[in-house]
Amino acid sequence: MTTIHSLVGNDVSRPIVETGVERIVLAHGGGGELTGQLIAERIMPALANEDLATLDDSAVLPWCSDHVVFTTDSYVVTPLEFPGGDIGALAVAGTVNDLAVMGAEPVALSLGLIIEEGLPLETLDRIVASISQTAKRAGIRVVTGDTKVIERRTGEGLFVNTAGVGRLIAGCRMSMSRVTPGDQVLVSGTLGEHGLTIMSVRGGIQFDTTLRSDVTPLNGMIRRLVTSGAEIKFMRDATRGGLAGVLADVSERSGFSVEIEESALPMTIGARYAADMLGLDPLTIANEGKIVCVVANRDADAVCDMMRACAEGRHAAIIGRVVDSTPPLVELKTTAGGARIVQRPYGEELPRIC
Amino acid sequence: MMHEMQKLRVELNRRCDAIGREIRVMEVCGTHTVAAFRSGIRSMLPDNFRLISGPGCPVCVTAQRYIDAAIDLASLPNVIVATYGDMLRVPGLSGSLEKQRAKGADLRVVTSALRALQIARDHPESEVVFLGVGFETTSPATALTILEAARDQVPNFSVLVSHKLVVPAMVALLECDDMSIDGFLCPGHVSVIIGSNAYAPIASRFGKPCVVGGFEPEQILKALVHLTRQIEYGESYVENVYPAVVTESGNATAMDILRRVFVPGDTVWRALGVIPMSGFDLAPEFQAFDALRRFDIHVGEDFDNPSCRCGEVILGRIEPCECALFGNECTPLTPIGPCMVSSEGTCAAWFKYNRHAIAMGARS
Repeated sequence: MTTIHSLVGNDVSRPIVETGVERIVLAHGGGGELTGQLIAERIMPALANEDLATLDDSAVLPWCSDHVVFTTDSYVVTPLEFPGGDIGALAVAGTVNDLAVMGAEPVALSLGLIIEEGLPLETLDRIVASISQTAKRAGIRVVTGDTKVIERRTGEGLFVNTAGVGRLIAGCRMSMSRVTPGDQVLVSGTLGEHGLTIMSVRGGIQFDTTLRSDVTPLNGMIRRLVTSGAEIKFMRDATRGGLAGVLADVSERSGFSVEIEESALPMTIGARYAADMLGLDPLTIANEGKIVCVVANRDADAVCDMMRACAEGRHAAIIGRVVDSTPPLVELKTTAGGARIVQRPYGEELPRIC
Repeated sequence: MMHEMQKLRVELNRRCDAIGREIRVMEVCGTHTVAAFRSGIRSMLPDNFRLISGPGCPVCVTAQRYIDAAIDLASLPNVIVATYGDMLRVPGLSGSLEKQRAKGADLRVVTSALRALQIARDHPESEVVFLGVGFETTSPATALTILEAARDQVPNFSVLVSHKLVVPAMVALLECDDMSIDGFLCPGHVSVIIGSNAYAPIASRFGKPCVVGGFEPEQILKALVHLTRQIEYGESYVENVYPAVVTESGNATAMDILRRVFVPGDTVWRALGVIPMSGFDLAPEFQAFDALRRFDIHVGEDFDNPSCRCGEVILGRIEPCECALFGNECTPLTPIGPCMVSSEGTCAAWFKYNRHAIAMGARS
C-alpha cells in the first residue's frame, strides 16, 4: 500500500504531519489500480459474498414475492465512531430497520462510500468490519457497492449511503389508516440513548457518561412480531425526531389523538440525567434501535411480551393509547399529575446555556 | 410522590380560593419556565393563579447590539468564536451566528468556558473569542477561565462579556410603573451562587414575597404554595425551599472569583434597556482579555423589530400568543424575537408545549 507522502508529498497546501499513518488519497477514487486495490484489500475481504464478488455493475438477485420493499438512507454522522457503534453499524441497521418496520424481510443492501481524502485507512478498516458484523447480525448481504473519494475538508470524513430491498412478509400491511381509537402504543425499549451519546462525544459538547448508542438491527425481533398473528397496525423506528416525531405523525395522519403516560416511558437514569443537563426533551431525541408500534388493544400485552423476550426489546413497554378526541394531538400525562402536549421537534435542538 | 403532590395541589387551590383575586407570580428563571411546562405543573394551576415568565433566559435578554458585535468578531479572519449553543440562532441586525457559520465563520459550540480556553490552547495560530453570556450561573465559570488564561498567559484567548445579574433586573421590573407582581419564584441555580439572602431587598423594599425553589415538579409546587401562603397573609420575606443546594449566603468561592475578575457596571438588556449596575465589566487588570478592545469592535445600537413584542413578554405584560408574530413569522426555526430562540425562552416554551393550548381548552 502506498503511503500518502509519495502521492501528495509535493502539495504544500495540504501538509500531512503524521508519519506512519496510511490515509485515503484522491487517487483511491480515480478508478484505476489504486481503486481496485482499495476494494480488493479493504472492502471485499470483510463483505465478500458471491453476488458482490462478481464486481459487476449491478447485482442480479433471485426474487419470489408479490411486493418488493425498497428504501435508501444516507449517513453523515460525526464523529464516525462513538460508544456503542459507528457510521457503518448505523448505515446497515438504519436501512435494515426501515425495511423491517414496513413488514419486510430484508434481502440485500447496496453500499455507497464517499470517503474524504485524508481518512486513515485503519478507520476505514474498522468501519468496514463493523458493516460486515452488523450485516451478519441482521442476516443480510451487501450485494453491490460504490466507492468515491472527495477532496480533503476535515480530513476525517466518510459518508455512507445504503439502499436496501426486502420481501414483504405475506399478510403484512402497515398503515396509519388502520389506526383506530382503543389501539395501544408500544415502544420497544429505553429512549434517547443514541442522540445523547452522539452529543456526549461531539466536539465542544463532550461530557462524561456511560451512555452508549442503541444502534442495532431490529429485523429479527420485528419478524417475530409481524408473523405472530397479532394485529400490528403501524410500526416505525424512532430515529430523528424521536418518539415525539413518530407519535406526532401517527396523530396527524390517523386523525386521532394519542395519550401517553410519562411514568410508563422506559428510560435509563443516565439518559434522563444527560437530557436534563443539556436541557433537551428526551422524547425528541434520536434512537437507532427502537420501534414504536400501534397495536390492537387485545394484542397489546402479547406483543409487549414478545418484544421483551428479545434482547433488543427487553425494556419494551405499553406507553399509551389512541383516543378519539379532536383536534388530533399527542398528550403526555406527566408523573406530576399534569398534562402537556408533545410536538415533533422543530429542527436541531440546541443544548441550553445553563 | 403523588400523595405529596396531591397535598400540595389541595393547599395551593385552597389558598388561591382564599385570596380570591388574580395572583401573579413571576418565575424569574428560564429553567423554571420549561420545567413548569414539561412537568405539566402549568396545566394544574388554579384559574386565578398566573405564572408569568420573567427575564431569566440569558439568551433572551442579550441585546441585539451584542449579537451584532459577536457576528462582527466571527467575520474576522482567523477568529474562532466559541459559544453556548443557544446563542447560535439569536437574530442580530445582520443575521445570526448560525448564518455566519454557513458563510464560513468558525463557530464552535461549547458547554463551558474552559472548553473555549482549551480550543485556544489547541489552536495557537488562531484567536479564540468566548461569548460570555448568562447570569450568575455561568459568570463564575467565565471568571475562572479568565483567571486561568491570565495565569497561563494564553495570548490568543479573549471574552466578549455580556454577563448579567439577576437581582438588579428584578428591581428594575418592580420599578416599572405598570408592573403588578405578587411574588417571585426565585431561580434555584443562580441562588446556589448568590445565596437566598440576595433577595432580601426585594422582599423588604418592595414588599414582595420571594421563594427559592428547585426544579422537580414537587419542588416547584411547594415553592408556589409557600408564595401563596405569604400572599394570603400579606407577608413578604425570603424563603428557601431548596435548602439541599441553596444556602443563605451562597457560594463564597464563586462570589470571590467574580469580584476578582469583574466589576459591576451598567448593561443593556433586550427589552429592558440599560439597567444600572446589572452587569459585569472586566476589572482593569483583566482588560487584556476584552475581545471588544482587542479587535477594536464598536458596539452599535439596538434596532428591534417594531412588531416584535418580546419586551412585553419578558416584562410579563403579555402572553406570547398575544403577539401577532408568535407562531406565524416567528418560530423556533425563524425566530424574530429572542424569546423564541433559546429552548428556555418564554415564546419557545409556549411554542413547544402550549401552542395547542386553545385547542386543549376547547376540548376540556
